[in-house]
Amino acid sequence: MTVVEDRMDELRDEFPIGMRVLAVDDDSTCLMILETMLRRCQYHVTTTKNAKTALTLLRGNENRFDLVISDVQMPDMDGFKLLELVGLEMDLPVIMMSVNDDPKMVMKGITHGACDYLLKPVRLKEVQNIWQHVVRRRTSDSKERSKSSNQDKANTDSNERGSVATGNSDQNVKSSRKRKDESDYDNDEQENGHDNEESSCHKKARVVWTVDLHQKFVNAVDQLGFDKAVPKKILDLMNVEKLTRENVASHLQKFRLYLKRRSCAVNREANMAAALGTTDSSFLTMGSLSGVGHLQSLTGAQHFHNNTFRPFGSGGMAGRLNTSFGVNLHGLPTSEILHLGHAHNFHKSIHEPLKFQQAIIGGNQNVIQGMPMSTGLDQFQRKGVNIGVRPIQSISPFLDVQPNFSLSNKLPDLMPKSTMGCSASPVLDVSNNALVLKADGENTQGGGLIFGQTSLASQNSQFSMPLLDQGRCSDIWSNTVQSSGTNSYPPTETFQWRNLSGASSITSLSNQSLDSLKDMHSQGVLFANNSGQISNSVVPFQGWDDNNDDSSFPSTIFGNSVDSLIDTDGHTSINSIYNKNTDFSFFELRD
Amino acid sequence: MDKIHSRRQVAAIKHSLFDQGYLDEQFIQLEELQDDANPNFVEEIVTLYYRDSSRLISNLDHTLERNPLDFNKLDTIMHQFKGSSSSIGAKKVKAECTLFREYCRTRNGEGCRRSFQQMKKEYATLRKKLETYFQLARQAGPQETAFRPK
Repeated sequence: MTVVEDRMDELRDEFPIGMRVLAVDDDSTCLMILETMLRRCQYHVTTTKNAKTALTLLRGNENRFDLVISDVQMPDMDGFKLLELVGLEMDLPVIMMSVNDDPKMVMKGITHGACDYLLKPVRLKEVQNIWQHVVRRRTSDSKERSKSSNQDKANTDSNERGSVATGNSDQNVKSSRKRKDESDYDNDEQENGHDNEESSCHKKARVVWTVDLHQKFVNAVDQLGFDKAVPKKILDLMNVEKLTRENVASHLQKFRLYLKRRSCAVNREANMAAALGTTDSSFLTMGSLSGVGHLQSLTGAQHFHNNTFRPFGSGGMAGRLNTSFGVNLHGLPTSEILHLGHAHNFHKSIHEPLKFQQAIIGGNQNVIQGMPMSTGLDQFQRKGVNIGVRPIQSISPFLDVQPNFSLSNKLPDLMPKSTMGCSASPVLDVSNNALVLKADGENTQGGGLIFGQTSLASQNSQFSMPLLDQGRCSDIWSNTVQSSGTNSYPPTETFQWRNLSGASSITSLSNQSLDSLKDMHSQGVLFANNSGQISNSVVPFQGWDDNNDDSSFPSTIFGNSVDSLIDTDGHTSINSIYNKNTDFSFFELRD
Repeated sequence: MDKIHSRRQVAAIKHSLFDQGYLDEQFIQLEELQDDANPNFVEEIVTLYYRDSSRLISNLDHTLERNPLDFNKLDTIMHQFKGSSSSIGAKKVKAECTLFREYCRTRNGEGCRRSFQQMKKEYATLRKKLETYFQLARQAGPQETAFRPK
């Protein structure tokens, strides 16, 4: 675990004066006005009209900016995509601007992680307040870190790797107890007032979620079962020094979000896969996942009913996950599909980004993965735990994602090919069955990521969320989804994945998943109508809401997103994919 | 004396622009951003706006000539135009943009064209008035930059 110096320090002196802002807007008039306003507030401003340039600037030197303000509608890249990317990669607060005040758009912005959504024309007063977002975020991060570090410190003393389990547990227990008072992860870290006890003068350290660490995390979650994955237990299983329950909790939250997103993508992928005609349930392999790299085979932990469901191209999907995240953002919504049915697949995928794990579909693998993982990580970062794992592939469009999946698993037909442009391996978290996108209703972490609930049905909700909600998914699916808006899956359209050629394969998945997908609109996912079944259970995404109580967020998002994307994200897509179904009983939407 | 007179004139023009609904609050915001360091800020912005909007208008013209009409594209262009117009406080132009977009949404080609013509008119009028305004303002010299119309 690497510790990064707390950025709070940097801000101290004259903040908000001198805050470094990056302004992105393709309209010169607006950009100039914004720049002037920002300068009037004594911020340090850099402007660009091009989103890609903005990304380059941001990536070039990670610490150059404190805040990003961006227009929503830009010709070269969708503002939401940029938003996601920035949030994931750099964990910077992003403010969106638009002349469009449609609540749906605003919601979309917020669900994509924007700190704020300003309506144009922007007023000076509004601009004067933006520094609050930076502080808020830093404070949250600091709190996170300090807690972790504190805990770490406590833990370190008593643990050693070997006996760490016990030691950790003890420590964890203690800390957990202390922490219990703190708000759950559902609440913002800001609410915790606490940090304190431990940290006071301690320099807050930031946890960086490296690939290894994340892999451990994923393994732990897998082992526990997505449903049962609670931070404390995960932490125990992970057995890592200097990692606190808070770190894990926030990481888990992000992960779930990520999975959700992926599930959208996955669904899509699944659909694609289905379209591709993969016979297997493997549609998971939805080739698209290639980006992700590895499909985490949904290990037994998840109930995958269908063995056949290998969906996500074993591994292929997983592969996607990793890279996908970055990639996903690019708008390959597919990745989002990664339904993280198996949380754990995800994890794996994340960790081994390019590793294409055999989607264990055979047994119940969740192929989810592909992308979400990596993205999930990014998401996590927002929460203050830096996920060190970066999508393996730099956010390149999914297409680029190399289909790692060798689909060694069964999904032979699943398209390893990148059909899914979005490498997001549709993690069809068929919770029950393989691909099921784990729509897990519970957003325990508040992240709403529904990770793998093993049961498909419920799972569905999960995955629909992550995927859908982000505009990301919508990108891909929007086409498809739009039509449906509702939960039904419009099989054909939904997946508009760019590259999905294998929609059919996805459909096979979808069949199965339909049930589970309840919420998931097959829309997005189902590509091809293959899924005859898909429609069945497609339960409108709203289902998610039910599932996730905590995370209102995801569910809502999904709801929204669903409209735009795929209805139920989870469902639909998967349904389509599932056509093939080899037998998976796909998603049985639990709820 | 002259200066005072000019200033009054300038103020009068400005008042009328607001009264007649050509400009709105946003214009005041721009004026507030103008200061010694940035003495011609408002004019610069407006000039930028003219440039951008000319391009957008001609773009719209071309797109409207096509057959069949590409409403999505029209909407996108107009969205941008609306954004910049609202940034400078061009109230009537902005209202016309909204109307245009509504026609796009309902796929009403004829309505779009009509609305576009109207919008061009408003734009031309505003532009002329602003040009006069700035000219006079320059002559009158620095004055209170922002005031709020009643």
